[in-house]
Amino acid sequence: MLPLILEDVSFAAGGRAIIDRVSCTFTAGPRTLILGPNGSGKSVLMRLCHGLLTPTSGRIVWRGSRDDLRPRAQAMVFQRPVMLRRAAFANVTYGLALAGVGKADRDERAREVLDAVGLGRVANRPARVLSGGEQQKLALARAWALEPEVLFLDEPTANLDPAATREVERIVDQIHESGTKIVMTTHNLGQARRLADEILFMSGGRLADHAPVERFFAQPSTAEAAAFIKGELPWT
Amino acid sequence: MGDVTSAFDEAVRLIFAADGTLYGIVLLSLQVSLTAVAVATAIGLPLGAALAIRRFPGRPVLLVALNALMGLPPVVVGLVVYLLLSRAGPLGELGLLFTPTAMVIAQAILVTPIIAGLSRQVLEDAWHEYEEQLRSLGATASRAAATLLWDTRYSLVTVVLAGFGRAAAEVGAVIIVGGNIDGVTRVMTTAISLETSKGDLPLALGLGLILVAVVVLINAAAQIIKTAAARRYG
Repeated sequence: MLPLILEDVSFAAGGRAIIDRVSCTFTAGPRTLILGPNGSGKSVLMRLCHGLLTPTSGRIVWRGSRDDLRPRAQAMVFQRPVMLRRAAFANVTYGLALAGVGKADRDERAREVLDAVGLGRVANRPARVLSGGEQQKLALARAWALEPEVLFLDEPTANLDPAATREVERIVDQIHESGTKIVMTTHNLGQARRLADEILFMSGGRLADHAPVERFFAQPSTAEAAAFIKGELPWT
Repeated sequence: MGDVTSAFDEAVRLIFAADGTLYGIVLLSLQVSLTAVAVATAIGLPLGAALAIRRFPGRPVLLVALNALMGLPPVVVGLVVYLLLSRAGPLGELGLLFTPTAMVIAQAILVTPIIAGLSRQVLEDAWHEYEEQLRSLGATASRAAATLLWDTRYSLVTVVLAGFGRAAAEVGAVIIVGGNIDGVTRVMTTAISLETSKGDLPLALGLGLILVAVVVLINAAAQIIKTAAARRYG
């Protein structure tokens, strides 16, 4: 269903432009990190891509999918994981059931992904009593189980400690290696360097740079991007 | 003062002597109110879920109306149901007036807005939390509603019990449509009202004690269920 093409996409809410004429193409393969300060429109851009929001103007086209404007083979992980009040295992099978997967396959796939993210032990625990890091890993497992072609992640490590952040990054890498296109937002330069193949840099609702990761950090093409790279505190 | 004390003693004796009249009345009360609450729940919960999830023109007006209906005076409900069921009324041919069925209808009308209105608030809070995730997973509106109802089930128990409290305690509606006929439509509240005006304080007090006990038990059960669920499911 890739590439995903954005043509002059704008989004306004309450008379304020949040996304301002963004055009870009997401191709299969490279891990795309959407970078930018708070309020630059990263999350909104991602929600537009995923279909949770509809552009005020412009077009979003899944070029590789026949006529479906919002293909099913995509999933999203949110900054704050939404855990259903049921066991961890049932949280994963719930998503699979909505995707139309049969009962036997559901159980098997749920077991596989929970083991893969290291939650096999706590599969039968209620999801809401898991720690923040475990909940985010469960959200990743729930998305991964759907075997999406594209996985959107909205600052998945923003609320996590360094150890949990490392684990989430490891899982994101595994999902990438399994063949899923990764599109992820972050405001953390270190994370962008560790995970990205290419960077989309957002500033004030506009796309201010789109470049391979080495080029972006070596020679940012806009003053905003250069200032953002410089302005970041050295330990992040 | 002595009258009251002796009436109280007599009331306690009636309760423990398993007095037939007294327990007949208690049983009918529970039957009528539980049936009414079951009907109101079956209508009110889906209505609450629809109002929580769906956005449509006229929704704010509907919410105001629903909130107003939550405070519906029982006597007015009784009067309206009476007019509908009375022999000259549009549903008069059913011959339901002064039967327990009529009382169930009146109480269900009284309680449905309470269950719909309170559950709407619970479900809307949950929807704010779940909406993006459920839409991301591709849930249809009806599937989302079912998920919300299931995930908030322990809060909804409290909502339903609030409805039961209202039904069991009201007197205005059932006395009009039931008629307080001895052995047929006499329930706790109507009996208390009648016996008090007749001066038969022991029976009135005995029923009053049981009524309060039922309401207290219901609320204790709601509290226990909620606390246990919060501990278990977070």
